[in-house]
Parts: sequence; C-alpha cells; structure tokens
Amino acid sequence: MMDYIHTLLFGFYPYLAGTVFLLGSLLRFDHGQYTWKTGSSQMLTKKHMRLGSNLFHIGIIVIFFGHLVGLLTPHWAYEWAITPGNKQIMAILVGGLAGVLCLVGGMILLYRRLFDPRVRASSSTADIVILALLMVQVTLGLFTIIAAVDHLDGSVMLPLAEWAQSIVFFRSGAASHLMDVGLIYKLHIVVGLTIVMIFPFTRLVHAWSAPFGYIGRRYQLVRRRA
Amino acid sequence: MSYFLDRLQYMKKIRTPFAGGHGEVREESREWENGYRARWQHDKVVRSTHGVNCTGSCSWKIYVKNGLVTWETQQTDYPRTRPDLPNHEPRGCPRGASYSWYLYSANRLKYPLVRKALIRLWREALETHPDPVDAWASIVEDPTKTAQYKKIRGMGGFVRADWEEMQTLVAASNVYTAKQYGPDRITGFSPIPAMSMVSYAAGARYLSLIGGVCLSFYDWYCDLPPASPQTWGEQTDVPESADWYNSSYIIAWGSNVPQTRTPDAHFFTEVRYKGTKTVAITPDYAEVAKLCDEWLSPTQGTDSALGMAMGHVILKEFYLERQSEYFTNYVRHYTDMPMLVELEAREDGSFVPGRQLRAADFDEALGQDNNPEWKTVGWDETRDQLVVPRGSIGFRWGENEEGKGRWNLEQRDADGADIHLRLSLVPAHDEVARVGFPYFGHIRHDYFNHVDGNDVLYHNLPAKRLSLADGRQVLAVTVFDLMVANYGIDQGLTLEGSEDDGATSIDQMRPYTPVWQEAITGVPAAQVTRLAREFADNADKTHGRSMIIVGAGLNHWYHMDMQYRGLINMLILCGCIGQTGGGWAHYVGQEKLRPQTGWLPLAFGLDWNRPPRQMNGTSFFYNHSSQWRFEKVEIKDLLSPLARREDYSGSLIDFNVRAERMGWLPSAPQLGTNPLRLAGAAEAAGQGLNDYVVNQLKSGELRFAAEEPDNPQNFPRNLFVWRSNLLGSSGKGHEYMLKYLLGTTHGLQGKDLGEMGGALPEEVEWRDEAPEGKLDLLVTLDFRMSTTCLYSDVVLPTATWYEKDDLNTSDMHPFIHPLTAATDPAWESRSDWEIYKGIAKAFSKVCVGHLGEETDLVTQPMQHDSPGELAQVDVRDWKRGECDPIPGRTMPNLIAVKRDYPATHERFTSIGPLLDTLGNGGKGISWPTGPEIDLLGKLNRCKSEGPAKGRPIIDSAIDAAEMILTLAPETNGKVAVRAWEALSKITGREHAHLALPKHEEKIRFRDVVAQPRKIISSPTWSGLEDEHVSYNAGYTNVHELIPWRTLSGRQQFYQDHAWMRAFGESLLTYRPPIDTRAAMAGVKRPDGNQNPERVLNWITPHQKWGIHSTYSDNLLMLTLSRGGPIVWLSEDDAKSLGVEDNDWIELYNANGSIAARAVVSQRVKTGMAMMYHAQERIVNVPGSEISGTRGGIHNSVTRVCPKPTHMIGGYAQLSYSFNYYGTVGSNRDEFVVVRRMHHVKWLDGEGNDSVQEPAKTSS
Repeated sequence: MMDYIHTLLFGFYPYLAGTVFLLGSLLRFDHGQYTWKTGSSQMLTKKHMRLGSNLFHIGIIVIFFGHLVGLLTPHWAYEWAITPGNKQIMAILVGGLAGVLCLVGGMILLYRRLFDPRVRASSSTADIVILALLMVQVTLGLFTIIAAVDHLDGSVMLPLAEWAQSIVFFRSGAASHLMDVGLIYKLHIVVGLTIVMIFPFTRLVHAWSAPFGYIGRRYQLVRRRA
Repeated sequence: MSYFLDRLQYMKKIRTPFAGGHGEVREESREWENGYRARWQHDKVVRSTHGVNCTGSCSWKIYVKNGLVTWETQQTDYPRTRPDLPNHEPRGCPRGASYSWYLYSANRLKYPLVRKALIRLWREALETHPDPVDAWASIVEDPTKTAQYKKIRGMGGFVRADWEEMQTLVAASNVYTAKQYGPDRITGFSPIPAMSMVSYAAGARYLSLIGGVCLSFYDWYCDLPPASPQTWGEQTDVPESADWYNSSYIIAWGSNVPQTRTPDAHFFTEVRYKGTKTVAITPDYAEVAKLCDEWLSPTQGTDSALGMAMGHVILKEFYLERQSEYFTNYVRHYTDMPMLVELEAREDGSFVPGRQLRAADFDEALGQDNNPEWKTVGWDETRDQLVVPRGSIGFRWGENEEGKGRWNLEQRDADGADIHLRLSLVPAHDEVARVGFPYFGHIRHDYFNHVDGNDVLYHNLPAKRLSLADGRQVLAVTVFDLMVANYGIDQGLTLEGSEDDGATSIDQMRPYTPVWQEAITGVPAAQVTRLAREFADNADKTHGRSMIIVGAGLNHWYHMDMQYRGLINMLILCGCIGQTGGGWAHYVGQEKLRPQTGWLPLAFGLDWNRPPRQMNGTSFFYNHSSQWRFEKVEIKDLLSPLARREDYSGSLIDFNVRAERMGWLPSAPQLGTNPLRLAGAAEAAGQGLNDYVVNQLKSGELRFAAEEPDNPQNFPRNLFVWRSNLLGSSGKGHEYMLKYLLGTTHGLQGKDLGEMGGALPEEVEWRDEAPEGKLDLLVTLDFRMSTTCLYSDVVLPTATWYEKDDLNTSDMHPFIHPLTAATDPAWESRSDWEIYKGIAKAFSKVCVGHLGEETDLVTQPMQHDSPGELAQVDVRDWKRGECDPIPGRTMPNLIAVKRDYPATHERFTSIGPLLDTLGNGGKGISWPTGPEIDLLGKLNRCKSEGPAKGRPIIDSAIDAAEMILTLAPETNGKVAVRAWEALSKITGREHAHLALPKHEEKIRFRDVVAQPRKIISSPTWSGLEDEHVSYNAGYTNVHELIPWRTLSGRQQFYQDHAWMRAFGESLLTYRPPIDTRAAMAGVKRPDGNQNPERVLNWITPHQKWGIHSTYSDNLLMLTLSRGGPIVWLSEDDAKSLGVEDNDWIELYNANGSIAARAVVSQRVKTGMAMMYHAQERIVNVPGSEISGTRGGIHNSVTRVCPKPTHMIGGYAQLSYSFNYYGTVGSNRDEFVVVRRMHHVKWLDGEGNDSVQEPAKTSS
C-alpha cells in the first residue's frame, strides 16, 4: 500500500501536476487575457510593500533557478568541476540565504495581505492560499537544510536529481529514486508539485510573462496597420 | 484564433529594423487594441441632467452599455445664440461628470429599508389588529413601543423590506395621523422643484390631496434674499448668465463664480476679452478673486458698510455735486424716491420718518374711491401740487371696469394727466426738519470693529407742510431726501440748534463715508471710492450696464437684508435694474421654475382642492425642533433706538406666533385641534364653520397650534423627506432636530431657557419637560444612503437622475431640460412619481372605514399677489383686543376644503375639474385654460370609470410633464398670449406682442428630449426671452412699464411698515453681526485635552468637491478632496492653536460639536473658520471629545434665529407667499470654539483609535 502511494505521489502525480500546469496556463492565456496579471495590491497601500516584495522576489527567483540548475543538470556535466559534496554545500549556502530572504519577505507580504483591511478586502482566496502555501514550502525547504547537514557528501542530493531528471526525461521507475530519502524531502516535493499544479489558477501566472524582452530590445517599436 | 498560437511565429520575419537599428517594425496581432476600443463603445446615448440643487441645469449625454450606465459627457447641441454672443455650451462641471458613480456604488439604495425594531412591532401588531390603521395606532399609542425605534434612529439597524408592506405601513401611519390629530400633522420637505419638477410634484400632490403640509426650502436654506421681495415684490428674478456678456462692469460680490457656477463661468471669462472690468469682493481669497482685475477683502459680515460707503459716493457725486441725467430720470420713473413720507414728531422736537403718505390721508382721498389707503402720493413739479401717480398697488386690485388699466408706470397721475415728480424738496421746501436715523455702527462686538457714536444720527431735511384729512398738519419729505440723509450726506440745510451729523466731504470720518467703512471692513477708503466712481460712471455712460453677481455668502448673515439692500440700492441708483448687461445677479438655489404656472396645479393638487397647505420651513423647524427654547437673542438687541420698546415685548417665537395669528405667516400644524373635526363641531353648535372657529378662537377655547408646540396634539407626527438631505445638509440646528424631532442620541450642549432662568415667551406655553421624538414616522426617499436616510424609519429607494423622466430648468439659461430614463431604475428602486402613486393607492385602500368624505378647515395667510396683500394698513392683534378677528383681514383666511379620501389615488392620477371652472394663473393674473385641459384629455386619454371618470389621465411621469408643459405660458404659445392679454387688462397696455410670434409654438416632452428648447416670454417673469435680448430681471418693468409688485409699484427703497421702522430697517443701514451667545455658554472641557482654544466665526460656503445635498460622498469627489470632513483655518489662527495641516480638530459651542481635519491655508482670513457645507457625517467622522457621539455636520454648531421683519404680512410686497417671503435660516453670525483634538476615537471598536500629541504653540 505504501508502495502504491509512493509511486502515485512521485511517479504519476508529477505528470498530473505538470499537465495541469501547462494546459492550464495555455487555456488561461487564451481565454482569460484580462486575468493574466500580477494582481498587485501596491495601489491600495504601499506600506511594507517595497521591503517585503523585493525580499520575496529576490529569494524566490534565486530558489527557482537554483532548483532548475541544481536538479536538472546531469551529474556528468559538472563532475569535472565540482564534487557533489561541494555542490551541496554551495546549494545549502545559496539556497539557504535565498530561502531566508524569501521567507522573511513572504511573511511580510502575508501579514500585509491578511491584516491590512484594504488589501484583505481585495484578496481572493487563491491569493491568500498561494502565498501561504509558498511560505509552507519555503519553510519545508529550509528544514531540508537541517536534514542535509547530516550527509554533506551529496548522497541524498544525487538521488533527488536523478528523480527529477527521470521525470523530465520520461524514464521509468522515477519514484524508486526517492525510496530512501527522508520524510521532509518527500513533503517538500509533494507540496512543490501541488504548487505547480495550482499555478495556472493563481496570480503566479505572471511569472510566464517575465519581461525579458526589455533586455536588449530596440528603442522604438512600431506595429503594422492591422 | 489563439493568443498563444498567434505568438508562435518563429519562422516568420517579424522584426524589420529601421533608423539604423534604433527602431523596428513588428508583425504581431493587434487584437488586444480592441479592448481599448470596446472601453469607449456604447449601446446608446440618452439626454439627462443632474437634479442636485445646483442652478447649473446642464444638458448631459448619458452613455449606456450592456444595460448599464457607464459614464456621461457634456451635451453640445444647444441652439446657437445670435451674433456677438458666445454659445451656451459647454455646460457641466467635474461634479456632474462624476455622477454616474452613484448608480452602482455601495452607497446606492437598492431595496426599501425599514428599522428592524419598527418592522417587528408592525408585524406583531398586524397579528392582533388586522386593520393596518389600528395596528399603527397600537404602536404609536404605546410609549414603550415607540421608544424601541425612536431612540435608535441613526444608529443603524435597517432591514430589507418589500414595497407592498412599506406602502401599507406609511399609508396606515398617514391615515391614523389624519384621523387622530389632523392631516396638517403630516408634513413633507423637498427643495427646489426646478431641479426635477415632476418628482417634487409627486410628493407635493399626494400631501396636498390628503391635506398634508409642504414645507418651504428657499427661506429655510437662507438662499431667499428677503431684500428682493422687500424691494421688488419678487422672490428673486435675475439675469441669465449669457447676459454677463452684455455687461461692461461686473462686481462678483460674495459669489465664487468659477467654483460654484462652473458651467456659466465661461461668459465671465469671455466678457473680459471685450474689456469689461471685473471686481471680486470676498473675505477669503476665493477662486473668483484670481479671475478678477481687483480683489477687495472686507471683514466677513460687514458688506453693508461697504455698500453704504459706495452708495454715499454715488449719491454725492452723481446726484448732488453733478446730476446724471440718466440716473435722475431712472429713479424718478422707476423708484419710490419721489414719494412723500410723513415725519412723526418726537418729544424733543425732532422727527422720525413715518409712513409713506397715501391718498386716503388727504381730503376726499384725492379723488380715489378704490383702495385710497394703498395709493402713494408724490409732488408734481409742473403743476406744483400733490398727485397720485399710477402704478401703486392700490391700482392693482379691486378697480371697477372704468378704473382698470391704470396699474402701470406711465408718468401720469390717476386721472391721466402728465406728471413730472419732484425728487428733492431742497429747492421747494416749506421747512427744515431735524430728523433722526438709527445708527448701529457703534455697537461693540467681541470680534467685529465698531465706530463710536450716538445711537441716533440727526440730519436736516427739507420738508413740505401738508394738511391731512383728519385735520393734522404734518411735515412730509421725499424718499430721495431721506436716502441722501440716510447715506450720511449733509445737504447743507441749516436749522437753528440742529447740527447735521452728515458728512460734507467723502474724506471725513463720519458714518457711511468711505473713511468710516475702512474702520469697519478694513478695505482702503481710496479703493472703495474709486470703485464706486467707476461702477457708477460706467452705468451712466452705458445706461445701466453695471452688474453685481452676488452669492449666498452675504445672504446667510442675520442682517442679510442690509447687505443685500446695500448693493441693490447701488444698482437702482445707477439705473442698472431692468437693463441689458446690468442688474442684480443673485444665483442661489432658487433655480427658476420656468413653467411655474403649469406646474403649480400638478404639484399642489389645485385641480382638485384649493388652497393647499404650505408652511415656511424656518418657523416650522425653529418651533418643532425646540430651537426657540434656547433663544438667547432678545428683541431689545434688534430694535431701533427710535422705536417704542414697550410696544415690542416678548421673544422671537412670540413674534412668530403673533404673525401667524394676524394672518401674516402660515402655520403647521394650524390649529390646536383636528381640522377634520371642526365642521362637525360647528354643526353641533348650530353655527357656520367660520363663525364657530372665530368664536372658539376669540374665547380661547381653540388656540393656534404654534402657541402650544409641546402639546402632543400639535406634534408634526409624520414627515416625508425627498430629493433632500435635510439632516445631513440643510438642517440648521442639527442637534436640536436629533433630540427633539427624532428623540435619539445628539450632541446638544446648551441649557434651555428654563434651566438658565431666562425670560420665557409670552405667547407660547412653556413646559419644563420638553417632549423628545415628536415624529412618529420619518420616511425618506433617496437613491443613496445619505445622513437623512440614516436617521429615517423607512427609506425608499428612488430612481437616480439617469433612471427617470422629469423636467429641469434654471435661472442661468433659458432652456428647458429633460431628465430621461437611460436605464430602468436599478434593483428595486422606483421613481418618486411611482413611489407616491403607490403610497396614494395604499392610502386609498387603508383609509376605508377611517376616513371618507371629510370637510377640512384650512387656514391660509394673506397671500402676496392676491387682494389679501392689501389687508392690513396697521398692525393690530385681535388676541390682544386691538381689533376683531376677521378671517382674511385681521387673521388668516379660513377655508373649508372637501376631501374625498378613498378617491386619493384616482385624483392623484387624473386632472381635476377646478382648472376648467376656475382657470389657471399665477402672480396675480389668471386666465381660462379649458382648451389645454381638452388637449391633455386627448393626449393622455381620460379615465373611463371611478370617482375621476372623464378626467384626463396623468399616469406616468411623462403624462405629468405634458400637463406642466401644456398649461404653462412658457411652453405653450397660446397660453402665453392669453396670459399677456390677462395682464394687459390690469396695466391698460398692450403686451401680447411679446408672445405673438410664438403663438403656435408648443414645447412637448419629446421636443426637449430631442434638443434643449428656449422658453417663451411670459408675464410670470419680469424678463424677456427673445431673439434680441438676453433674459434680464426687471426688463419688462422698465421697458413695458409693468409696475413692480410693491406698495408704490416702483422699486421700493423705503419700507414703511411699522415693524420695519421699529426694527430700524425702513432704510438701508449698517448692522454688525448679532451676538448669538453660543460660543461661550459654559461648555465643559474634555478630559486630558489641554490644547489652546480660539473663538472663530463660523462660515459655511459652497464647496468645490460637492454641491449641497449630494456629491460630497462621491468617491471621486472624496478622492479629489481629502476623503472626509475638513475645516479651513488661517495660518495665524492655526499657529496659535498649535494646529498643523491635516490635524484633527474639534469645533464646538452650545449647539453641538464637530470633529474634522484642519486645512491650514493662506487664503482664509484670520478670525474665521470655513467648513464647506454638506460634508456628510457618514464618511470618516470620528467621535467628538465633547459630546462623546459622532462628530456632527456643519450645522451641528448652528441654530436658527428668525428675524421679526421677515414675519410681516398682509402688507403689499411684505405679504406671505410660499418660498417667497418669511423667516429665513441664517447661520453665519455663529461663533465656535476651535481646539486641536487629543483622543481621536472612532466609536467602532475596530482598534483604530489614536492620540494626537499635545499642541505645540510657538506663541
């Protein structure tokens, strides 16, 4: 039974979450153009906004790319440059710092969202849930650092990366990589997948529209007459 | 197809660079642009306007999209003007442009609401009393039950109700009140019919049909300038704003044109391009000040001193040192200046000016057998004899066929001989008389300057010696010589032992010179002299093109008549009244109801019953909200030093009661008993109804209700409020109303006369325990949750101005505008017309078994523009045995009116038969109107059955609008011609040519929906609306020689009524603001607040972010302003109070308290605090430290104080007419104590309370 749940959560749930994430985003982009927005509440009150928002965003962007690079880069690709142990220590340091920034910033934003009457009144349930969930997730993430201190050799990190790469490259038996990792890692992954799954239904969609185009674009843009 | 797929264009070349790579052309979908296009697309545009009580009356385009009103913009399709006159548009201001916010805002009333405690009682009562009237009785007759809902008024607790239930409840309450106490205990308040006249008419028609009382607003708002009826016999008649463009010298005196007359201000700006000089006179640096060439800043409330000094210069330099031919001719023709005034001898050998002499005073009444006591006399220079010039009011009424047609301003005497009246008797006097004039400028006031002097000024006047019919020899002077002396000019006549107190040069420091006024107002004498010269010189050269635009600022002072007559006199002396580009432009709240005579029968049910019950609002609220119980102003403070004080005992309320008894002012409730019961009682006593009532009154068995306002029999039990924010805006003495009328939590601080040991009234019964909660039911109709709604028992949601059909007119332009329904009323709201129709229907149903056909005895004061205005030559009070009570002569008319209560709804929805039989009319003329009734029957169809069978139907608001438009001469050319012909019979001159070109023109409702239409000239108004002149008041008086409706038939400088003389206002004089004694009356200090205090004058002008009863709670307006109540302070006052901008401050006096934020500004004059009026108490108002309750509105610190001279009646132009004459609710003489707040408490338990640190003062 435990086995069944394990496979369900780490073998199939990632595909369910990923499918909802991609299809959901696509459908929302096509059918809810006016809902495709950050939903910023800065207009309602600027109080605590600058500090909280900046801490949170810096933290979460670093975390995002940290996970992306850290989990999906195959072991052979960096073997020649860095040992798994050192890589893990680097991940702990960078990720830990970013995690703290994200947690502090996020908690400020959560406080503001819950207790500023104007912001609260204009918040949807999804706004509150997603922020709370992110805070749970970043807290779990920070807890994994405590667990990781016991095995600084990268022995847990590698199966986690294996699992992630197996999922992404559709290898069978992905869930088996996680058989022996600690509960805290499993919780972190389940919550993380859940965030991915509900992503299209929240304000997180604005992440798709990160304005990278501004970097290096030409000064004047002109459109042809329709 | 898909936004996402459309972006997948990696194979296409989508970026073409240009300009060396600085730019690029992109190939991408532009579909997103449609979002912006759709933003401004709409399904239809509808014409409507804003029915707030602003004189704008601007035509607006209302945009509708998907069944919702989205926004509005200014209409631009006004008919073009003639060459050399700018067009009227654009009209509209940012306030109007923000209106559509209300429709779907959280403030919108969506469903009928009722106080929960009341509806519970009502439903319980209905279980035991199936008859709704009995059910209502079971509630209001039990004080423990009424306390349940009265004590929580204003404290929330509304629940949703349904229309059926509410109509029944309201109707049952009305039926019970009419049956138990009398229909005159049911009252209604609604202001300014012109802003949506059908909506006004709906409530007024219902009330008038059941015998209820409509309260006046214009006098209550203190926008009525009594100086106008005093001088002209006309409520207010003013030039349209386009006529500003014809002026060459404009003084904006206390009128903030760009801010409060925004849509008209363009004419003001445009005329400056022609070289017209503009001058602003405002105490504060108002917006108009920066629009003008010069700015004068007199101390607030001292404008009459300024006016007198200017008049002094004008008389001196244009009448005496040199004589302007235009001016002297003008005043000889059009003013009472040549009329003779009797001098009354005093014990010390001096004289005081008495009555204007009349034909009746002389032998054989100078040949006059009709009304000789109402025909004034003058001295003809050519024949050197006494003459009776035509045009005085005696010629207006009661002339036989032979005598008719002499009420005109031709320069002829009664017999038709040409006359040339003498202005000054200086070259032709028999004697020189020492005449005393009252002087009030020496009165000391804590906060206003005075100039020492005796209380009587003496001048040497040239007089004629005349023999009267009773054998007396009297001295008589002309009004001209009186005026010269009164303005403080020494004409150089010598009399042994009598020094003239007048000035021989304008540089002297004598009363009323420019030098003297500088000591009072602070305006440099040289500037005043120069401006007076410029003003008069311009008028002399252009024959009257000098104009004064005046705003309510001056009129809200207790002695407003002096301020207004100050500038009115300047205009008359310079021949500006009735001349294009000249005259008196008072634009305050009257919003000319152009098709008035078509509207009157609809509004007051004159087609079914006459007369309606009407009451002057000020006296009503003064009386019933017990403000009189706190009166600290005494008669002796007001009397002239020349008056016999012993003749004028009692307090202000006593004078009001006497005025009611003598038939001067109306009463509501009227008599101390149910007027439906009097007919039966008279029959039982075997007497005629009138005889019975007169006998009862004489014996004292029956009293006027006003004599016992605290007797439960005389409470105004039911009150309807619609189109108004009575409690949040116009309710002077707000806290008194909360306590006494409503019986709920209030912030009243003072003690009443009983507790203070003050002098109690003589005529009014005093009860130590004043009753609270006199109203059994307060019903408010509104589209938004106003302060008034908050305090009501039943709130009925009305259609907004974009959801109903109605009519709107203004004095600012000649067009008639519709309100049309862009969408149906949202949620469950209904138009006012439909709401009252529904109540009428419920009334007709629930009254059965309680009220049937009844005889109602209505009392009515002597009306202006009726023969009743000639009722009383002398002041005699029957109650004090000075004469017999004769209805219509020495006491009010007593008129029995038959009412058919079960037919109320049928009558409401059809036009009654009295128009067929009695005709229609207004302002003293009447004409048959049968053809129009026929036409309406054909247009609207007739009732096929029921008690109104065969009568034309008025079912919808559009039917009602058609009735107005068809009956009114302004919108029906045939009626206009008939009306002018009716006037011709009285004046003996042909006037119909003024309307003949438009004989066949009929303006119907759909016509004005299509485009604004100019009205047709009618005798209801004194100006013309034609292709050649802009509308200007008094134009037909001057150019058609139609008399003014005054005693002399001319512009009346001299007010000779006994009370006018006793109160020192027969002629213009300077009177300092009165001392209301409110600011120092032992008010406690709140705990913990040691901040310094200052006493400041309380000024409540019109604001930028709202108009009167609505707009200031509009989110857009709140955003542009400061989001809540604010009070402006000067920098000096703020500094000494330790107040910085945006601090919370408290303002209080005996009347109550206000909590607001401070705006500290250079533009405010030191010594005054300004709170723009009608800032609601529903947004951002913290608790007051003084009262412990929420911090009030601008009227929380005011209390009305009526003026006896406004109570005069039955005397030519000083006769009552609804919204026309009567007591006014002035409030600017009030002072408040200002202090920085310490505890700012929100009284809501939400934890936002804060503490402001103690004030830091540098001095």
